[in-house]
Amino acid sequence: MVQDFAQPILNGILLGGLYAVVGIGMAMIFGIMRITNLAHGDLMVLASYLSLVIISGLGINPFVTLVIAIPVMFFVGLIVQSALINRVLKKGNEPPLLVTFGLSIIIQNALLLIFTPDAKMLMNSLSTKSIFLTNYLSVPVIYLVDFIIAVALILVFNQFYQKTYLGRAIRAASDDEGAAELVGINTRRIYGIAMGIAMVTAAIAGVLVGMTFTFYPFTGTQYLIIAFGVIVIGGLNSLLGVLVGGVILGLAQLIGAEFVGTGYQLLVGYIILLLVLVVRPQGIFAKN
Amino acid sequence: MTTANIILQVDNVDIYYGDFQAIRNVSFQVPERSIISIIGSNGAGKSTLLKAIAGLLKPYSGKIIFKGKDITGLMANKIVAEGISLVPEGRRIFPRMTVYENLIIGSYTPKARRKNKELLNKVFELFPVLKEKSQQIASNLSGGQQQMLAIGRALMSDPELIIFDEISLGLAPLIVKEIYQKISEINREGTTVVLVEQDVRRSLKASEFSYVMRGGEIVLTGKSSALEEEDVKVAYFGL
Repeated sequence: MVQDFAQPILNGILLGGLYAVVGIGMAMIFGIMRITNLAHGDLMVLASYLSLVIISGLGINPFVTLVIAIPVMFFVGLIVQSALINRVLKKGNEPPLLVTFGLSIIIQNALLLIFTPDAKMLMNSLSTKSIFLTNYLSVPVIYLVDFIIAVALILVFNQFYQKTYLGRAIRAASDDEGAAELVGINTRRIYGIAMGIAMVTAAIAGVLVGMTFTFYPFTGTQYLIIAFGVIVIGGLNSLLGVLVGGVILGLAQLIGAEFVGTGYQLLVGYIILLLVLVVRPQGIFAKN
Repeated sequence: MTTANIILQVDNVDIYYGDFQAIRNVSFQVPERSIISIIGSNGAGKSTLLKAIAGLLKPYSGKIIFKGKDITGLMANKIVAEGISLVPEGRRIFPRMTVYENLIIGSYTPKARRKNKELLNKVFELFPVLKEKSQQIASNLSGGQQQMLAIGRALMSDPELIIFDEISLGLAPLIVKEIYQKISEINREGTTVVLVEQDVRRSLKASEFSYVMRGGEIVLTGKSSALEEEDVKVAYFGL
């Protein structure tokens, strides 16, 4: 019994790290601008394809493609925010939502047009390796790498938010936009940079997801729901919450898969998400 | 008003909210290093006027000149850099940030950022309680302390002109008294002060010159010491 569950628990925790990276950028944008970026998952998958193109052109390791993918995605975020979302920011809740929804459809169909609906993966030597702990328990190396990068990313983000002027300016703008303007913060520019940073996390998530699983032009929707789940479960108050939210979602999926079969593991994750929405809509770790 | 240098000059400003004209042809001047007050009841247009000066609103017509430079229609974040700081009504501190972070973000402009340590020490000298509580989350402070924090944050931008919007609203009289003492201290250090208040008596007492607003217009002006409280009240209510 213990042996049956040890592996899914371990995998669930590690997978949770990857989910946290998927969710962190969306949590950021929601926290700062109260916008649900429905294109977050697709932008992440866009980064996966970007990495794929770089690999096929240069023949380099997927991790190294981040050197190009990160700055490119930063500028994609900057442009999406300044050219599209900033224009509708003051027009109520629905227009930004519709803009990101439209963006989502455009990205999905553009990817379909260019890359065909075939499954792709970012080939790497890690995804097939495992470290055997006992006869019954092994650590998939790529999951471990995902988790370590997630924790590192969250630590770096935490320092960035707590210690730098830019990080504090982002928090100030999210607390009170008008007051932030009054201390000299150009909130529009800050929103652009924030979306750029969110897309940096999407680039990292896209490469990790692409190295861990196969992806298609429409995979973004699936990761959008995962990101949404991470935010709902973890709440928006802390970066640690995002990590814990990811881990809970990962655990729910993989332990659920033990009971009802792997075909239903996504469903189990969604059920947990619904439960949290009903019981504690402010998130498990929210203070109020 | 004639000999001193004018630091802020508002000329024939009109402001509309849609079709509604909130400010009608308002002009006034603020001499350097003075304390002036703008008095008026709720809806007299005081806050609208302040928003225009601070860059949160664009006037429909008219000019706002600060230190000889036309700042009409500049964005708020640019106006702070020019040297005008607004302590907004309702304090508007950043509730989830610590006291220290609230202050340090106040010196966001490049000019202020270079001397943020010096500015921080000055604020801590003025409000020792903020130093004591510097690591606390701002929303945990009392109302009076939050008001001090809002003032401290405004001072962190190293302003030449500081505007206080309804600073005594919702505070105990003793705290209000203390805060007004601090304001005259800030003024003595060389910062020009604009007070915006509903409290007629306190405004007249604290300022050198007063403007009374009603219905979006300035209806009475004069040296605060020469204005009779009764006259001001008549102008204030339009009786």
